[in-house]
Amino acid sequence: MELLVSGSTGSALHSRWLSLHAVAVFAFLYLPIAVLILYSFNGEGVGGFPPRRLTLDWYRMLFADGPIWDSVFNSLQVAFATMAISLAFGVPAALALDRAQFPGKALFRRLVLLPLILPGIITGLSLLMLFNVVGVKLSVLTIILGHGTALISVATTEIFAGLQKLDRAQEEASLDLGANYWQTFWRITVPNLKLPIIGAALLIFTLSMDEIAVSFFLIGRDNTLPLEIWGRLRRGITPEINAVSTVIFVFSLVAIVLWYRLRVRAEGSAEVVTEIVETIPEESM
Amino acid sequence: MFSRAYKAAVTVPPLLWVTIFLLVPYLLMFCYSFWSVSQAQTIVHSWNLANFKELLRVSVYWQTLLRSMWIAARVTFFALLLGYPLAYFLSFYGGERKHLYYQLVIIPLWVSYLVRAYAWKTILGSDGVLNTLLQYVHLTKHPLEFLLYSPFAVVLTLTHIYTPFTFLPIYAALEHIPRNLVEASHDLGATPVQTFWRVVVPLSIPGVVAGATFAFVLSLGDFLAPLLLGGPSGIMISNMVVSLFGAAYNWPLGAAISLCMLVLVVSLLFLSERLEKKWSFS
Amino acid sequence: MAFITSSGVASGTGLNSPRGPLLSIRNVAKSFGKNVVLRNISLEIAEGEFLTILGESGSGKTTLLRIIAGFESASAGDLWMGEERLDRQPPYRRRVNTVFQSYALFPHLSVEENVAYGLRVAKRPEAEIVLRVEEALDKVKMMAYAKSKPSKISGGQQQRVALARALVNRPRLLLLDEPLSALDANLRRQMQVELKSLQREVGIAFVFVTHDQEEAMVMSDRIALLRSGELEQVATPREIYSRPATAYAAQFIGHTNLLQGAVRGGIAKCSSLSWPATLPDGPAVFSLRPENIRLDADASADTDGTVHIRGRVLHQAFHGATELIRVECVDGLVLIVRTPSGGGVRNEVGLEFYPADAVPVREYRERN
Repeated sequence: MELLVSGSTGSALHSRWLSLHAVAVFAFLYLPIAVLILYSFNGEGVGGFPPRRLTLDWYRMLFADGPIWDSVFNSLQVAFATMAISLAFGVPAALALDRAQFPGKALFRRLVLLPLILPGIITGLSLLMLFNVVGVKLSVLTIILGHGTALISVATTEIFAGLQKLDRAQEEASLDLGANYWQTFWRITVPNLKLPIIGAALLIFTLSMDEIAVSFFLIGRDNTLPLEIWGRLRRGITPEINAVSTVIFVFSLVAIVLWYRLRVRAEGSAEVVTEIVETIPEESM
Repeated sequence: MFSRAYKAAVTVPPLLWVTIFLLVPYLLMFCYSFWSVSQAQTIVHSWNLANFKELLRVSVYWQTLLRSMWIAARVTFFALLLGYPLAYFLSFYGGERKHLYYQLVIIPLWVSYLVRAYAWKTILGSDGVLNTLLQYVHLTKHPLEFLLYSPFAVVLTLTHIYTPFTFLPIYAALEHIPRNLVEASHDLGATPVQTFWRVVVPLSIPGVVAGATFAFVLSLGDFLAPLLLGGPSGIMISNMVVSLFGAAYNWPLGAAISLCMLVLVVSLLFLSERLEKKWSFS
Repeated sequence: MAFITSSGVASGTGLNSPRGPLLSIRNVAKSFGKNVVLRNISLEIAEGEFLTILGESGSGKTTLLRIIAGFESASAGDLWMGEERLDRQPPYRRRVNTVFQSYALFPHLSVEENVAYGLRVAKRPEAEIVLRVEEALDKVKMMAYAKSKPSKISGGQQQRVALARALVNRPRLLLLDEPLSALDANLRRQMQVELKSLQREVGIAFVFVTHDQEEAMVMSDRIALLRSGELEQVATPREIYSRPATAYAAQFIGHTNLLQGAVRGGIAKCSSLSWPATLPDGPAVFSLRPENIRLDADASADTDGTVHIRGRVLHQAFHGATELIRVECVDGLVLIVRTPSGGGVRNEVGLEFYPADAVPVREYRERN
């Protein structure tokens, strides 16, 4: 005799309209990606409907494409280095925000989080001006510095959220038993933050691989993958782009699903929702 | 519990980094905006307000800014229109599959921006998927030109990109609403519709403000979508800045515009923070 | 006073008002998946009575309340209010209001807007709303806080507001889901008294859910004891105390001694004790309240029908006005005796009780 829908939080009629809307939004979100994937197998290249003659030609072309692989290599270099920098500075930043009081803390907090919401070009441009004034030539290094700066905020928010879950008493117990701060950090704090750290690393890696706005102003002669694709787009569309996009999509998909699962395992699902939002600046800090 | 050495050790390195790579660059940008560029294409360090006067005087600049804000406003509107009911549906009607649906929403969020913008380009072109489909089913005879290289394309693409951005904080806010408040409202005689407007919406406002802020600010500063899909009528303020740092070599002017954008964005953030605080009740 | 309904105060059993029972719960059962929470509950609630549903956590009492309120639907059975099927109606159409355990006050509304909520939703005229809200707040003594937000007032105050918010709508039935459980002991006792007198004043039937048996006895006209989804006994507090139907009821409410024995030919035998009992032959369990056992200096013979036994004191606990003494009797039986304080420390005691105070109860079976 289940008369009421979802334990009486709503009525059946609303539920139907809402689910229609939800389906429409999901379709809107996934449609372009579906089209891309479909057309990456299209024999006639881009455009035209319906797609004729399925083929793997574009993928073959992709794998033989030298410059693309060079840019992938560059992007990977940048991504790993960025991961290292962001975590190396983001973990202490999170600890500082959680545990220390100092003059200018409020300003520091805002500055750290600003690149997340500020349009990327402002971050990129301001760094460009810095390198120009100081006389540093643009190269892979400058891109790394740019990504690192932009993505420290991601590391900080993820680690900070993880710190809230951490039982302070464990660290106190460690100190009580005779370990000093350095030992406690590596033996107790970091292992407890394992999942947030891995999650942050995954996210930073993915974002760095896709980053354009900051990179745009900071590249020297070597392109990153997105900028290589960008360059080709400017010159005209080739179906090869569909293929590389599909490949990027698949990798991102795997990375994100992995990241989400890690988060759920770390914290339990209800918390994950609010904390994903905190990868975008919130008042919680 | 933490010694001063510990606190110093965790505070100083990030503080240094942030100072060198964030604070100083912004200050530099501030300085550049007061300088000018000479005929010989070098930066002249003479302090004046020439750039700002130029921005006010030459209509193309503030017109582009207004157009950008109008585009951003439309994107925000549509992103909220799509994102709110979706978040509501997931939160209140999602049941056990909630987490699956949630993942489905965040996946596009993190999948390459460039990939998605490019995808719309292939769909909207005169030779693209949508046009050929429409002609195939005989709904139109000729390709619709306005679909691509127009503000329409920019708004459409940016809405696609930023709908998950509005969804996230709204969903979080909705999830935070204790379900017994909904039950209490029903208990007191309010129908689900009345409950939605009287209880759910007011309590979700901080999420809406946060989502709207992200969508607006990020759309405003976007330069990729207009460049790929905007055409001449869809140029936005960031495109002007990019060209000033590129072909139309005038760093100081570009810095001045960037500074204005920075100030605008920070003010908006400040405003939205105040709004969120005012409407948060827990 | 416009706030008070016209129905009168409940009588002892309360089921015989001229209009029939207010709420009729018939053969209601509820399962969540494989988990059976309520089995075959039938209960009638009279106009204006204060009924408590008493049970341990997991007994199903909150589920039963939620079914009456409309937040859950029963898997079987029905609910009738007068001539209408209540269970066919969504919660917002029932003339039933709830005071939630966590109060569930709307955080974005002030105290008076919270109280006015039900009236606004029903689109009552503004002047009427103002008047009724004022009366309701006055009744729970929260007038001074009318403009405050819920986050700014204490737990006890929130509870009063929740009460006012429910009562202002003049429901036919008020449900209270362990409303006092979050309060500290003294405040709780004070609120028990206030709630009871409030109920008498407004004359609305209250269905009160709690796990605290003392609270149930203090406040109720009747108690419905719920155990593992079934009604163990429904009776007035005095009845349930002095004539518990089962061993569980006897033990759940107040302290008791359970005497396991057997009846043969009209004589009950338990250990070395025996007394006349008009019961069929067979095993039997008796409930003997500690206050019904008296300390007797000497006398080891059965005079005037009392039962006697001697024992040594295992433990003597001071409880203020009375003491609870644990006695190991000569035959190995352990009895708990309640006696007024002040008798000093004892070692050897003689005990006596009237056979009539050994109440036969049904043995309980373990349920799965």
